[in-house]
Amino acid sequence: MNDRFEIPGRLRNTSIGLILVGVLTLIGGIACLLMGQGTTDVDHARFWAVLLHDSVFFTLITTVSIFVMSAVSLAQGSWIIAYRRVPEAIGANVWVFATIAAVVMFLIVFTFRDSHGVNTIYGWVTPGNDPILKGKSPFLNKGMFVGFTLVTLGLWSFFGRKIRALSIAQESAPHNDTKIYWKVFRLGAVFLFVYALTQMSTSPWLWIMSVQPHWYSTLFSWYTFASAFVSGMSLILLWVVYLKNQGNLGLVTKEHMHDLGKFMFAFSIFWTYLWFAQYMLIWYANIPDETVHFKMRQQGPYSIIFYANFIINFVMPILILMARPSKRNYFTITFMAMVIIFGHWLDFFQMIMPQPLGQYWHINWFEIGIFMGFAGILIFSVSRTLTKSDLVPNNNLMLKETAVHLS
Amino acid sequence: MAIKKFAVAAYDDEEVLFPAVKSVRRKGYKIHDVYTPFAVHGLDEAMGLKGTDLHIAGFIYGLCGTSTAVGFISWIFTSDWPINYGGKPHFALPAWIPITFELTVLFAAVGMTMTFCYLNQIMPGVKKHVFHPRQSDDLFVMAIEIGKHGNEKEVADFLKTTGAKEVNIQVAEAGWWYGRWDKKEPYELAAG
Repeated sequence: MNDRFEIPGRLRNTSIGLILVGVLTLIGGIACLLMGQGTTDVDHARFWAVLLHDSVFFTLITTVSIFVMSAVSLAQGSWIIAYRRVPEAIGANVWVFATIAAVVMFLIVFTFRDSHGVNTIYGWVTPGNDPILKGKSPFLNKGMFVGFTLVTLGLWSFFGRKIRALSIAQESAPHNDTKIYWKVFRLGAVFLFVYALTQMSTSPWLWIMSVQPHWYSTLFSWYTFASAFVSGMSLILLWVVYLKNQGNLGLVTKEHMHDLGKFMFAFSIFWTYLWFAQYMLIWYANIPDETVHFKMRQQGPYSIIFYANFIINFVMPILILMARPSKRNYFTITFMAMVIIFGHWLDFFQMIMPQPLGQYWHINWFEIGIFMGFAGILIFSVSRTLTKSDLVPNNNLMLKETAVHLS
Repeated sequence: MAIKKFAVAAYDDEEVLFPAVKSVRRKGYKIHDVYTPFAVHGLDEAMGLKGTDLHIAGFIYGLCGTSTAVGFISWIFTSDWPINYGGKPHFALPAWIPITFELTVLFAAVGMTMTFCYLNQIMPGVKKHVFHPRQSDDLFVMAIEIGKHGNEKEVADFLKTTGAKEVNIQVAEAGWWYGRWDKKEPYELAAG
């Protein structure tokens, strides 16, 4: 089977257009900060917080592809093989977002200060006389932040490219040769370990939770992981549907789509479980250090986003995706994938924005433009990677198994 | 239930069974059921069985569980016996969610299990006719209902042409009934 993907002109123009929108928005934002009359500290904080929000969000949802491939390789699953090139291509482009995220975060840590010399996004950078921040300084300091970030992003980028390279190498290996198969198996095990120690613990602490350095939640990293995972699965699904509409991926049937839909449904519920577990324990214990988090979000200026988050990410998936026919219908599943990605983008928004911006939050041209720019980078880079190899892994050991897969 | 006459064919290979099921359906005979030693993928589609509606029943049971839990707890804590727990409001919804969730799962699970047993006619103390003693061992057994005006010899001859190892005619109870496996039923004694 020969199944090459060639980027349609429309897709390339769209992606370049989106990137241009993002760049223009960025330039517009900088121009507003430099030349605008009466720019306040909040405007500066908004500029950096939006960049932080989008770069972290896109890094996390693309890394999910590596996690899915590793977990499925370790479980010796075959259902993903029919469209494995898609998560491979997304995973191989983690380095793009990792680089952007690293630049943004290091700029925030090292250069961003408000007019009083305080870093309002990562407050622990300038602890002043705060005893709590001083007590946390052995972990929350510039050295630890830079070290953890570089190691984490470096490992993710490496594994993403390595897993794809091995899968491409399998194509030229002797037929039914299991050497690379077991190599991917072992590599997957190592990556799960890496992922557990980064995405599921340290990175969300450093990148997102430390925006609110006084507050902590032991569940936070899991919660972030669930949010990223469900949107990462939706992202894979959007690519699969797009490629199928282009006439590629002939092996993918409704059974495969149904499996992806199940993941979107199940992990929306999982996200809700963690969201609620975090909420209920804080609500029940009613300790002021912890409730301050929800005071701002549920009863404060963010209550619209708080409830929208719950409705979009729980009520809609559970009601719409529960029935089997809706998971096998291309329209519903594509629509829900977009809804879920938007919903979890909002979720990350309400994780990051309340501390630096307070009541002065916006979802306006700047937020949307930067999001479009990142989406453009994603479409551009992933589609370029997809063209570089055959979309059907012809020599994969599980090719026959995936072709006859029943969900 | 009804006592009916069946033509029973036993096959020793699923690759013979599939074309046999298809040709029996094409011929227009009514398949009562096919008994196999293990789950055979695609057999339900070959037999023309519809997908189950068990999950819709499960959804309804789950809703019953949710409403039972929320209704009962809220009645207790807001009107029947309101107590101040740690300064929380009487209508303390977050605290009830875990119990509501558990009751939803319990209702759905128990309800679906019982519905499943009912649909498959299995229950402790309940008996069903066994068409062939080896149907759970190594033979694939297909039972075909012969109506009042059916010709049993014609059906049996047709079944032999489909590759059956063994064909016979049985008069048996079609459904389930309360009974004991160590005692024969009146109709069994009558049929010999």
